Amino acid sequence: MRKITYRQAIKEALAEEIERDENVFVMGEEVAQYNGAYKVTEGLWQKYGDKRLVDAPISEAGFVGLGIGASMLGLRPVMEFMFWSFCYVAFDQLLNNGSFCRYMSGGLMNVPITVRGPANGGTNVGATHSHTPENLCANHPGIKVVCPSNAYDAKGLMKTAIRDNDPVFVMENTLLYGQEWEVPEDEYIIPMGKANILKEGKDISFIAHGRAAITALEAAGIMASEHDIDAEVLDLRSIRPLDVEAILATVKKTNRVVLVEENKPFCGVDAQISHIIQEEAFDHLDAPIKRVSSIDAPQIYSMPLEKIQIPDARRVVKKALEIC
Amino acid sequence: MSDTDTGTENLLYPGQEQEPSAEELAKTEINAALSPEDKLRLYTEMVRIRAFEARSLRAYQQGKIGGFLHLYEGQEAVAVGCVSLMGPDDHIITAYRDHGHALAVGMTMNECMAEMFGKATGCSKGKGGSMHFFAPDKNYWGGHGIVGGQVPLGTGLAFALKYQGKKGCALAFMGDGAVNQGAVHEAFNLAGLWQLPIIFVIENNKYSMGTSQARSSAYDDCLAKRGEAYDMDWGVVNGNNLYHVREKTAEAIKRAHTDSRPTVLEMFTYRYRGHSVADANAEKYREKKEIQDYKTNRDPIALFGNILKAEGLLKDEQAKEIEKTARAEADAAAQFADKSPFPNPEAILEDSYWSVDNKGKDADIDALNQGRIIFEDGGLLKKK
Repeated sequence: MRKITYRQAIKEALAEEIERDENVFVMGEEVAQYNGAYKVTEGLWQKYGDKRLVDAPISEAGFVGLGIGASMLGLRPVMEFMFWSFCYVAFDQLLNNGSFCRYMSGGLMNVPITVRGPANGGTNVGATHSHTPENLCANHPGIKVVCPSNAYDAKGLMKTAIRDNDPVFVMENTLLYGQEWEVPEDEYIIPMGKANILKEGKDISFIAHGRAAITALEAAGIMASEHDIDAEVLDLRSIRPLDVEAILATVKKTNRVVLVEENKPFCGVDAQISHIIQEEAFDHLDAPIKRVSSIDAPQIYSMPLEKIQIPDARRVVKKALEIC
Repeated sequence: MSDTDTGTENLLYPGQEQEPSAEELAKTEINAALSPEDKLRLYTEMVRIRAFEARSLRAYQQGKIGGFLHLYEGQEAVAVGCVSLMGPDDHIITAYRDHGHALAVGMTMNECMAEMFGKATGCSKGKGGSMHFFAPDKNYWGGHGIVGGQVPLGTGLAFALKYQGKKGCALAFMGDGAVNQGAVHEAFNLAGLWQLPIIFVIENNKYSMGTSQARSSAYDDCLAKRGEAYDMDWGVVNGNNLYHVREKTAEAIKRAHTDSRPTVLEMFTYRYRGHSVADANAEKYREKKEIQDYKTNRDPIALFGNILKAEGLLKDEQAKEIEKTARAEADAAAQFADKSPFPNPEAILEDSYWSVDNKGKDADIDALNQGRIIFEDGGLLKKK
């Protein structure tokens, strides 16, 4: 099968959905004539023109709000944040209007908007540009949050997000944009809320999302080669909806679990998952639930130290060995 | 000090030309097109809004309505005048002082009152309350609680109309306090930059909660002038004069429909009540004399009633009858709301996600949404 980058996979999803539905358009800072700050939309403006690829001014609250309003009338906007870190200036639009308009109208209206962009640390840009707001956003009923860990998922989930009648926030990762995965030529979509077992195993479960799933997969390799321990890796794919069944199934299978995320630990996604496991599968646990997260401080700039702050495979292995 | 004391009562703001007379306004194309029945209907709409608000206040004081209650009394001509010009592809959105616009677009007193009572028969099934009325079938997109937050949404409605090639426009209402919110300026810029068919209506009732315009906004003459910074046409309106509201709004709608140009209209009006009913200082940050002056000399219903009387279309007896009927309708709405059931506890979980509400109705949707959303089972509500 052909291999393409995570970046190319997202671009293909956008192009296919633009061609499929005339209501789909992409808006954001530098998405059109500049070809995208991270080149995700490269070439799309030349192909689809001003109507479908719209350069927005640096005005996140304004253009995200505009997208939500436009979606109420049936358009399917795909709004790009150059970084999800910029969502904070648009929080009222995203999380009051995006999440709650449908509810407050008693279900009379829908907000079929997709908001996408990278949400990750690890690029030495300091605390303001290194946010991972999936936990914050998922705390708002009405929103769906997707964190693809690879090119195949990025394409399939992006297409699903655009077709979804609810607001979907897709959180990508700049460190993955250039990496390649196998992606079929033929069209496919990936259901929302279905976790994916990246590697089967029987001794311990690593549950992760986004790039942390790749880290967990690497850690599983080390567990096998150096410690003869067979780890299962479950990639959540979406934070909300959350595939609780898949989480419980892997825990019941291996009876040991390490949760891995690049989110900060305090009130992080894995705090929620840990709660679900202890409530629903307490009797299946042979050891305490362990977590590996980014170190609980604002993201540091210094290059070697930021590498330490974000989870790596060695840290996951060390934590796993505590309960094996 | 009120303007009457300075002898400038006919000026919309200091230095501006005099407002056209009622006779001149009645002769303008848009107002001359009104039939006698139309005129009485618009008058009745304003009276109905006032009666509804008066009954709402009583219900609030009786403890039937929770939270906040932002009343529209005194501002009726703005909503009624603007809405009277809307065509099939014109859309409207406003902030939390939303009852007047709701009734003007044709929402019933029953569904609005029931919403405030928190009842299942409310327009939003009791999920939005006073600040969050919606009627998408009537092109009414709320009803929004955060000051200025609705203005980018309204800009998006206009964007969608232009994108879809429709000859329509968006009317986005806000108060004078909202013009200092960043989101409003961002929306102004987008509307000017992309030449969107929108009318931003600033309902200037002089106070952003308890803070007067002079203490909250940097301005010379008026707030609408800020539109110049964003390449938008702008104008000022006597928001208490229904004919003037219609005249200026019709120009703006035409500009939107034919030239796809945005407009900022500042409508000078006044709210008789506090910011909300919970505003205990409504008579402290402004003089009682000022409130009385507006009620006596510039009341939108009285002004339009006098015009209709002068035109020979309305008699005192008839005016009393219209008021009596409106009060009876509002009383009936309160009774309807009172008798209506509260939503079932299960309703808390409904209407949040489209895909959850429509589960099992469409195989394609179910295929896309297979996962379980946390607490979809309701936690305490539907514990296994």
